[in-house]
This record gives sequence, structure tokens and C-alpha cells, in this order.
Amino acid sequence: MDLTLVPLLAILSSLAAVPFILWSSSKPNLRETWTIIAALVKFGLVLTLLPSALNGESVTLHLFDLAPGLPFALNADPLGVFFAVIASGLWIFTSFYSIGYVRGHKEHKQTRYYASFAICLSATIGIAFSGNLLTFIVFYELLTLATYPLVIHTESDDAIKAGRKYLSFTLTAGLLLIAAAGMVYYYTGTLDFTPGGVLGDADIPYHMILVMFILFLGGVGVKAGIMPLHGWLPAAMAAPTPVSALLHAVAVVKSGVFAVLRVVGYVFGVDVMGDYGLNEILIVLAGATVILASLIAFAQDNLKRRLAYSTVGHLSYIVLGIALLTPLGIQGGIMHIAAHATMKITLFFCAGAIIVNLHRTEISNLNGIAKVMPWTMGAFVVGSMGLAGIPPINGFFSKFFLISGSLEGDMMIPVIILIVSGLLNAGYFFPIIHRAYFKKGEGLEKYGEASPFMVVPIVITATLSVLFGLFPNLFFNFFDLAAQISASLFNSATP
Amino acid sequence: MIDSHLPALIALTFVLFAILIPMFGLWKPKSSQPLAVLGSGIASVLSLYAFATYLQTGSIRYFFGGWEPPVGIEFVYDGLSGFFVLVINTVAFFVLIHSRQVARREFPGKEMPYFALAMLALLGFNGMILTGDLFNLYVFLEISSLASYGLIAIGSRPAPYAAFRYLIIGTAGGTLYLLGVGFLYTVTGTLNIIDMAAMLPTFATNTSVVAALVLMVVGIGVKAALFPLHGWLPDSYTFASSSSTALIAPIGTKVAAYILFRIVFYLFGVELTDAVAPITTVIGILAAIGILYGSIMAIAQTEMKRMLAYSSVSQIGYIIMGLSLANPLGFAGALLHVLNHAVMKACLFLVAGNLRMKEGHSDISKFNDSYRKKYPWTMASFSVAAISMVGLPPLAGFFSKWYLALGTIDNENWIFLAVILISSLLNAVYFFRILEKVYMMNPKKDQKEGSDAERNEVGFSMMFPTSVLAIALFVIGFANAAIVGILFNIFPM
Repeated sequence: MDLTLVPLLAILSSLAAVPFILWSSSKPNLRETWTIIAALVKFGLVLTLLPSALNGESVTLHLFDLAPGLPFALNADPLGVFFAVIASGLWIFTSFYSIGYVRGHKEHKQTRYYASFAICLSATIGIAFSGNLLTFIVFYELLTLATYPLVIHTESDDAIKAGRKYLSFTLTAGLLLIAAAGMVYYYTGTLDFTPGGVLGDADIPYHMILVMFILFLGGVGVKAGIMPLHGWLPAAMAAPTPVSALLHAVAVVKSGVFAVLRVVGYVFGVDVMGDYGLNEILIVLAGATVILASLIAFAQDNLKRRLAYSTVGHLSYIVLGIALLTPLGIQGGIMHIAAHATMKITLFFCAGAIIVNLHRTEISNLNGIAKVMPWTMGAFVVGSMGLAGIPPINGFFSKFFLISGSLEGDMMIPVIILIVSGLLNAGYFFPIIHRAYFKKGEGLEKYGEASPFMVVPIVITATLSVLFGLFPNLFFNFFDLAAQISASLFNSATP
Repeated sequence: MIDSHLPALIALTFVLFAILIPMFGLWKPKSSQPLAVLGSGIASVLSLYAFATYLQTGSIRYFFGGWEPPVGIEFVYDGLSGFFVLVINTVAFFVLIHSRQVARREFPGKEMPYFALAMLALLGFNGMILTGDLFNLYVFLEISSLASYGLIAIGSRPAPYAAFRYLIIGTAGGTLYLLGVGFLYTVTGTLNIIDMAAMLPTFATNTSVVAALVLMVVGIGVKAALFPLHGWLPDSYTFASSSSTALIAPIGTKVAAYILFRIVFYLFGVELTDAVAPITTVIGILAAIGILYGSIMAIAQTEMKRMLAYSSVSQIGYIIMGLSLANPLGFAGALLHVLNHAVMKACLFLVAGNLRMKEGHSDISKFNDSYRKKYPWTMASFSVAAISMVGLPPLAGFFSKWYLALGTIDNENWIFLAVILISSLLNAVYFFRILEKVYMMNPKKDQKEGSDAERNEVGFSMMFPTSVLAIALFVIGFANAAIVGILFNIFPM
């Protein structure tokens, strides 16, 4: 089968749904049908790319020149497919969940919400399949723009402030990325993502490498939530919860860490990173972020904000894994992209279900809710255990590889950071579980479990977290894929 | 062969219509606008055809009356002049379509003189671009300036004062240019650009040449609104009628920038320019300051047209900065920005015109979320143009900044790179401020307004040009590789 056009179609499938969504603005059921169809089609298209990705092959497509010598290039390589499977797969659940959430919450301007969501997914898949840095920037900026209406969705003062903060962070980041891309182009004459990097062969003075690295760090670090560039993420929790769940736990922030991996592995190359000691900068920043974010999470009483800081911390797990520059470390980082995605989306779904069903947002108000929402809280337990790194949930697996990767590189400090962070995770999640299960709640008599539109996706994503923990290669061969991607970065670096 | 007469035909079209419009206009005032549209339409088609011919057969030198220079006057249709002529005539065509209702509303009864003046202004602009003779260029400069003064004076009550100020400053600028031309003539004995370019290297150390270059750049800098010579621009653009602003703003300063390109790259050549006086460095720094100054001032404005006027000061800075880089990337980026900015600014001023037509003002502080319902297409066009101005891909504005940024990197000029990037952020501040007002409800007010508003979009003759220009930004964005490929070939070094 000829797969050449599949990456393009996968990107366009949700964009194509936008006119239909706008057109059926007055018929909510029809409108949501378009979203669901787009999500299923998109996921199906991405899946057809999976077999070739498992063989280590890439599907490339050069459409036209964005600039002379710089094509609009799509390249569905294993890493891109890996990310696309996660993002598009979880969009299906989020779409169902969204229906339950926005209707249950009687949100306004739902058409804009669904349309922006569809554009965001197009941009995310575009980021996954970008074959060069310029194409990547196009989708990266599109994602920024399309997320903005979702962040300010409620249009309250807080949301508008959050939107401004979001834009000022992400637009600045985009500009730094453009500057960095320009410099790479100047020195190497190419912007293609090449396993093993493109900077290794060029003759570049050290200080310029450092400048480029800092520009890239600013460019991708914002969406990856590396401290001190994380400020927009907790603010963006003003968005509706499905947005926080898919975009601010999966699509947008994972685009950030995905970009870190692209930059480290495909632009700089593992060798250049190591030779110039750039990975140490990254380890220090990511390590500090892991610990600090966990500590800040303790202080948050708002459930979504606590989850947001937890996200900041876990994103830096991935960055840390990449910065280890060891095969196992990078593999662990890649696996954590998937693991954190299923777990954190579960937790956000739970938070959203609690908001819609009980209208409670503060953790101190969650006493005894497990009695009325047993399924939701059961899923919550699974997700939080996984993030704390307790087997058999998939978070354990990725963390195991991260620790192995640190040992492989003879680095003890990351090991300590990861272990301490696991304890801190347990420390900030278990009080919530304790409240929900063991404290006596008030005023809960008239409430039951949330709508099935929300509970079913919650249970599925929680189950997936467990299943991927028990069988890492289930369905999508994530484990093999991660191992293979990681190996490809090292093989080509030493031909 | 008609092909060899194309350079003259483009300019003569405007002469013809500048005469036809008063003749028919006195008899039937309503015929002025369709005639102006027809005239600029013919000129656009000719420009397009001429550019296609240029791509196949190369430059055209046209000698009026068959008299070769130095006796006669020459028009030079090469890549640079062809590109500029094509851009300004096409944009003018769309703006003039838009003018019909604005003219009826903002200056009823003055259609005939307005459109005749518009033709004269376009004649001046086209002539300045096409002529190969420095003195002839001054003549066209004055034609366009005098017509522009008239166009700007047609507007709100303070417009004549703004026009008068422009007249004083603009005349001073024109005179400085003429002085410079005089100096060069005394040294070289010719006024033809190509002849003079061949002779100038021998006179590089002559003080008259130094003085001439400085005088010409300063004089044209006034017309281009190069910081700090921009003082006339904000008031003129704000108080002139919507259609005058939309016509002059995207075009006028570009033509002045064209003259700078002509002087720096063709008359002197970059090496000689810098040997004579550090012009490229100085105008580069001024452009950088202007970019930041214009953006910051734009943020401080509460009137949309005034904001766009300051934005123009900033955007002309990009073009001049690209010139000052004097490398192929900067050159291509600057010329692409000429095209992009002409389209974006025309689109934005048309949006301002649409709002003035329906709301009677374009005061940003009064914008609210009902506009989204009332003017869905106008606001959508505004969003596209605004995002393009900020420079987000895949819209046109991103790519000119991309090439300019590459040009600054090529020269290892990190300060200019930072200026380009910072200015993008400042653009985002003043454009998203409006988008926020229009697309979000105002939490302080009663939130009914947006949902109750009735759709009240402007008519087709206004909506069509506005949205075509907005769509063009997508097209240019996606086709920029082809355009830039042509621009690289034009680069004269």
C-alpha cells in the first residue's frame, strides 16, 4: 500500500472537520458527530503508519517549497508516529469526554471550542510529522494560535489574563525558535531533522553553539514547561478541563518535550550535546524542575493547579531522560511521553468529572467523594499511583528505564532526583485519595456518579495505564518503538 | 510590437484616465469611480503582462520618442521596477474598488476631483518607479506629492492641517533630493541613472558626490517616513479619508523606499555607497530604531488608523533594514515585505474604512464583541491580516521576517535580529489587544451585547477587496518560495 499521502491526510483530517463543525453550529449532535468522525479517521490513518514505523522506516512527503531550498516536508518517522498515535488516540476519548463535560457544564460558544480543538489536533499531528524545522515552526505556531481560544474559553477576567500570559510566553518562544532555526540554517545549510544531528559536521564556534542551544531551550522549553519557563501552564488551567486534559497534559506540552527530543537528537545530535556539555545544562534545569514542581504542587489546594504542577514535574522527567544521552535514558523518556499521557489525562478527566458533577474544585472539599463517584476515584487512584511510580502501572516502567539510563551514564544525582520525586508524588497525591476514601463527606447525598460520557473515557484511560504497565508492547508496540527510536539516535551518530 | 512599449503604456494609462475622469465626471459624477477602477485595472493587467514578459525576455529600456539619453528621457523596466509597479498597481486596484461607498459617504460630491487626483498620484508613483532619469524622477515625485496632498486634505476637519504639514515637510524633502541631483549633475554631466552609474566610481572621493548622496537619502527618507523623518505621517494617515489612507499608506512610502533601493543598489552600488558615506550603516540603525519606535507608539494609540499609521513607520523600517543588510537574503526579504506590507496594510486600512462606514468611528476603546457578530467577514479579514503582521506562519508576514532574519544572521548582525524578533512581539501586543476586544465579551459590561447584535456586514464592493487581500496573504505565504526565487534573481550584485 502506498502510504505517501497518509501523513498529510492525517494532519488534514481534523482541519477538514472545522468547516463542518462551524456549519452545524446550531445542531449540537451533528456537530459533535463531525468531531468524533474526524478523531476516528485521524487515529485510523495514524495507525496505518505504525507497521512501517516499527520496521524503522519513515514515510516522507515533500509538498512544495516553503522557502527556496526548504520544502514543506512531512516525515512520519518512528518518533513522529509514536507521538501521533498517542495524541490522536487520546483525542477520541477526549472528544467523548468533551461532550459530557461541556454539556454538563453548559459552556458557551461550544462551536468555537470544538473547532479550535480540531485545529489543535491538526497542528499536533503536524508537529509530530514535520520533516524539517521550518515545517515544525509552522505547526508549532499554529498550535499556539489554536490553543489560545481554548485557554480564554470562559472569557472571565482570569481566563483573559491567562490567555495573555499564555501568548506572551508562547509567542516569545516561537520567535526564539525562529532565530535558532535561522542560525542553524546559516551554519549548516539544512533544517532537516536527521537522526544523529546536523550540527556535528559543521564548523561552528563554541559560543555560537551555546547561543543556539539557549535560543532552542527558550523556544521549546516554554511548551515543555522547563522552569523557569513554566509560568503559563498553571495559569492555563483556566481553560475547560478537557482542554487541560488533552492539550495541557498531552498535546501542547508533549509537543514541547517532543521538540526537545527533536532538537537534542535530530538537530544537535547526541555527540554534540555531550561534547559541549550542553546536556548538563539540561539535566540541571530538568532536575531542579522535577523537585521544585513537586514541592509547589504540595501547596496547591486547587486540584487542577496541583495537577498542573505535577505535569510540569513529569515533563521534566522526560527532558531529564533525554538529557542523560544514554540509550536507556532516552528510551525511558520516550516511554514516559506515553505513560504520563495516559495517566495525567485520567487524572484531569477525574478532576473535570468532579467539577461538573459536584462543582468542587478545591482539594479540601473532596472529603468522602469516593462513595458517590467510585469509578472516577478508582481511576484517580490508578493514575496517581502510576505517577508515583508504583508497579504495575505504566509510570513504573518508564521510571525504571529512566533510572537505568542514569546508572548507565554513571550519574547518581538523577537517580536520587527521580526517587525523591516519586516520594513527593506520592506525598501530594495520597492526601487526595485519603480524603476521598477515608474522610466523611458532607452534602453529597443528592449526587451520583458523573455522566457515562465522562466516566467511560476515564475508566478506559485508567485501564490503558494498567495494561500498558503490564504489557508494554500491547496494541501499539510502544516499548519496541521507543527502544528503536532511542537506538537510531546512537547508531547514526557513530557510523 | 506592443511589448516594447509596455513601460510607457503603464504610466500613460494613468495620464489617460486622469484626463477622462474630469471629462466624464463633470457630465456624470458617478462615473468617476468606475473609470478609476478601470484605469488601475488596465494598469495592473499591463504590469502583470510586463512582468511576465520581463521574466522571459529580460529588462526593457524604453526611449521616449526614440531619443536616446542623454538627449531623451528613458524608462527602465527591470526586475526591481517591474516588481514595484506590479505591487502598487494591483493593490491600488483593490483599494479603488473599495472606495466607491467610502467616497459617497465621506466626501459626497467630491468624487470627480478625488479619483482624478488618485490617478495623478498613481501616475506619479509609477513614473518615479519606471523612469531612468534622476530629474524626471523628481518631476514624478512632485506630481505624486501634489496629488497626495490633495488626497490627504480630503478627509475630516483636521485633514487640511495634516496635509499642509505634509506639504511643508514633503517639499523640503523633495528639494533636498533635487539639490542632490544637481550636485551629481555638475559632477557627471548626465541625469540618466545608467550613464551616471558608469561614471560615478571615478568621482567617489569628490565632496559634491558625498553631499549629493547624503542629500538624496535624507530627502527621500522624508518621503519614506524613515525614522526620525516620519513626523508628517501619523496625522496625515489618521485624518485623511479612509479611502485616501488606504490608497496612500500601502503605496506611498514603498515608492520612496524604491528610490532608496535604486540609489543604493543601482546608481551607486553598495560598495561605492559605503565608500562615499556610511549610508547603509546609518539608515540600518535608523530603521532599527524606527521599527521599535513605531511599534511602541502603535501600542500607545487608541485610534485604529493612527495605530496603523505608527505601525507603518515600523514596517517601513523592516524594508529599509533589509536594504541596509545589502545581501541577497536581506534584499529579497525587504522586497517580499514590500509586497506583504502593501497587502496587509491595505487590508487593515480597508477594515478601518469598513468600521468607519458602519460605526462612524474606528476608536479601539469602543470596540466590543458585538463586532464579531455584526461584521464577521471584516473581522475575519482583520484577524488574518493582524496575524500576518505579527508574523506567524504560514501567512505572508512570517516569510518576509524569516528572510530578513536570515539576512541579519548572514551579516552576523545580532542586534538587528533581536530588533526584528522584539518588534514581532510588540506587533502581537497591539493587534491581539483588538482581537481580544472583538472576540471576547467584555466582562465589565452587560454581556448581552454580543448575542443581540444583528449582522450588519458592509456591502459587496467593500467586502470583496478586503477579503481578497486577506486571502492573498495565504496565497503569498504558500507561494513565497517562487516569489523569492524571482527576487533573488533581481538582486543586482
